[in-house]
Amino acid sequence: MELGYLIGTVAKMGALVAWIYGLLWGLSRERKWQKALTIVAAFAVIQLVILSRVGGLALFSAFDQGLLFQAITMTMVALGLNLIYGFNGQFSLAQWGFYGIGAYCAADITYRWSNGDASGLVVAGLGVMLGAAALFGVGAFLKRKRGVPVLSAFTFYLIAIVIAGIVAARIGQPLAASMKSGFGTADAPGALASPATMQIVFFLAVVIAGAFAAEASFIFGLPVLSLGSDYFGIATLGFAIIVKTLLVNTDTILPFPEMKGGRGMIGIPKLLPFANAADGEASGFQVALGAWTPAWLWIFLFFVLALVLIRNFVRSSTGRAALAVREDEIAARAMGVDVAKNKLLVFVAGSFLAGVGGGIYAHYMGFLSPGSFDFIAGFNPLIVVVFGGLGSMTGSIVASFGWIFFLEGLLRVLLGQLGTDAPSWRLVLYPIALILLMLVRPKGLLGTVEWGFLKAEGASRIRKKAAAKREGD
Amino acid sequence: MADDTILKLHKATKAFGGLLAVKDFDLELPRGSLQGLIGPNGAGKTTAFNLITGLIPTTSGSIEFEGERIDGLESFEITRLGVARTFQNIRIFANLSVLDNVRVAYHAHAGYGLADSLARSRRFEKKEAELTEKALDFLSIFKLADIADEEARNLPYGQQRRVEIARALACDPRLLLLDEPAAGMNPREILELMDYIHFIKDRFSLTILLIEHQMRVVMGICEYLTVMDFGEAIARGTPKEIQSNEVVIEAYLGKGAGKSAAS
Repeated sequence: MELGYLIGTVAKMGALVAWIYGLLWGLSRERKWQKALTIVAAFAVIQLVILSRVGGLALFSAFDQGLLFQAITMTMVALGLNLIYGFNGQFSLAQWGFYGIGAYCAADITYRWSNGDASGLVVAGLGVMLGAAALFGVGAFLKRKRGVPVLSAFTFYLIAIVIAGIVAARIGQPLAASMKSGFGTADAPGALASPATMQIVFFLAVVIAGAFAAEASFIFGLPVLSLGSDYFGIATLGFAIIVKTLLVNTDTILPFPEMKGGRGMIGIPKLLPFANAADGEASGFQVALGAWTPAWLWIFLFFVLALVLIRNFVRSSTGRAALAVREDEIAARAMGVDVAKNKLLVFVAGSFLAGVGGGIYAHYMGFLSPGSFDFIAGFNPLIVVVFGGLGSMTGSIVASFGWIFFLEGLLRVLLGQLGTDAPSWRLVLYPIALILLMLVRPKGLLGTVEWGFLKAEGASRIRKKAAAKREGD
Repeated sequence: MADDTILKLHKATKAFGGLLAVKDFDLELPRGSLQGLIGPNGAGKTTAFNLITGLIPTTSGSIEFEGERIDGLESFEITRLGVARTFQNIRIFANLSVLDNVRVAYHAHAGYGLADSLARSRRFEKKEAELTEKALDFLSIFKLADIADEEARNLPYGQQRRVEIARALACDPRLLLLDEPAAGMNPREILELMDYIHFIKDRFSLTILLIEHQMRVVMGICEYLTVMDFGEAIARGTPKEIQSNEVVIEAYLGKGAGKSAAS
């Protein structure tokens, strides 16, 4: 049983890594239809595997699907952190805090919506938009007024965003109340509670959660990013602790009784339920199409979007400037790079991904506990990023999958077979494995290696392409 | 341009606490000149460079570039105006390829925004291709095109210097500041470097100000020298004049040395 399980999990992990490799390879093809075909094929493969039953047993059990899901949310958080730490060189522990912010923000929106209250969506959506407008407005104002010290600028931004928030709440609440008659209420659910609308609201909630986390990171990062890297790290630790404390006190010092503080938020609509693995009793191979849910469509969509966006970000002039800032801030300044702006931009982009990841996570769990967003847990994405290779997007992805499957899948279950105390050994074996790996590969699993789509185009390849183009003409 | 002074420092002063690293320092660079800034260690030469490029703010005094005040500007803004520099201890982007080292310098003039790059718009594709082609052409001028994909840290020292200078030139400057370009070079490399400086000066019609300890370089290529000691300019003149200037010899070798050196 144990050996079979071990082989099974390793095989699944290998298959998933191969799947990622295939996806990245396909996306690196030249033509648009090839890319589109890759995306469709990659989705079809993963969806088919999930729906497949052999002798009535799912290839990917609900537990495995959960692991895969966790791996993908971890990928998003880790990619964001790698952007900040690996590509920009800013050691940050705040990523997990933004993950928590995103999770609670998205959860609150859909929770209220499913209870016949559109105010979460309207206020948060309005707030995020007004907040962005306020930040851009103040930014433009400060740009004209030269030489404003960072802390003064921070005060301006803070005041602007607080005003935006108050205005959003004041306008949003009556607006949401007036929409109530159109959408129905909890007692008589109208369009509000229909499954299709729910999916749209879910998508909006996740995007808003990302934007909310991004704006929070802007306000936090603006004064703090001017600190040197180590001091910045300590400040981000402080931020993670603040977030945890606020989440514990959501019902006391924050006005969100539905989040229930330290007891944990329950009743979040589970919008990403997985295909039920138990149905289908037929022997032999079978694809249980009846068990299909939109869960993997969403997860896959967000996964691919995250990949594409982060790659486009890194492989651009802004991304190169970010790398230059990591290598040498002073030289980057002397090369005409606005270092402060670049660091802030990268920090905001990374936090956006964390917020989106959190939003997705909340709708799979259906339950949020502040304990999950403790800063100790915040070391997990850091481990994944270092483990995969600082400055390697592929490394972060592969390490997320490997880490989740190794820690949760393999060790927990394998040791669980041995007795009730054995799962504790997992946190002994896992650090040992970590130490060994760092000794063997000090630059992480993949160093700075990238696969297919994520690869940087070197000069030789650019020349080859240009030559091919000339021949084609 | 009527006024042919490209850079003008007037009573530029930098105090670190009670220490005056640069004190009432005046400097005028005519357009197209190649001047040297020399002096004993700790004389404030690099600090003067840092003031010009805005890496540290001036305490008092003014700095004008092409007739406009640049003191108080951020260093990236000064670079974008047309002042580029290299560093005493090479500050190359070690883990980036040679090509990317140069492409970073184009960041300010990339011609596309963040939205373009995220969406990979047509504009991005076009501008990025142009930019890369420009960078590759640029590298071939310096005979670095063959190693464009090499990570900068793997290059030998002399080549790293050349990459650093190429990178500074990619900023499209009119004034180039070289901080000890010949440091750590052997005599043959120094000769190459001197040719190289002449070459880039003509090719990019630059004004160059350089700090150097290697007298062979200073006396060989500089048209005019300013000597600093304890943050102040103690002598100015052509290399010939400076060589026999007693104040300078005193600053370098100590009091009383002047007579024996002159004799």
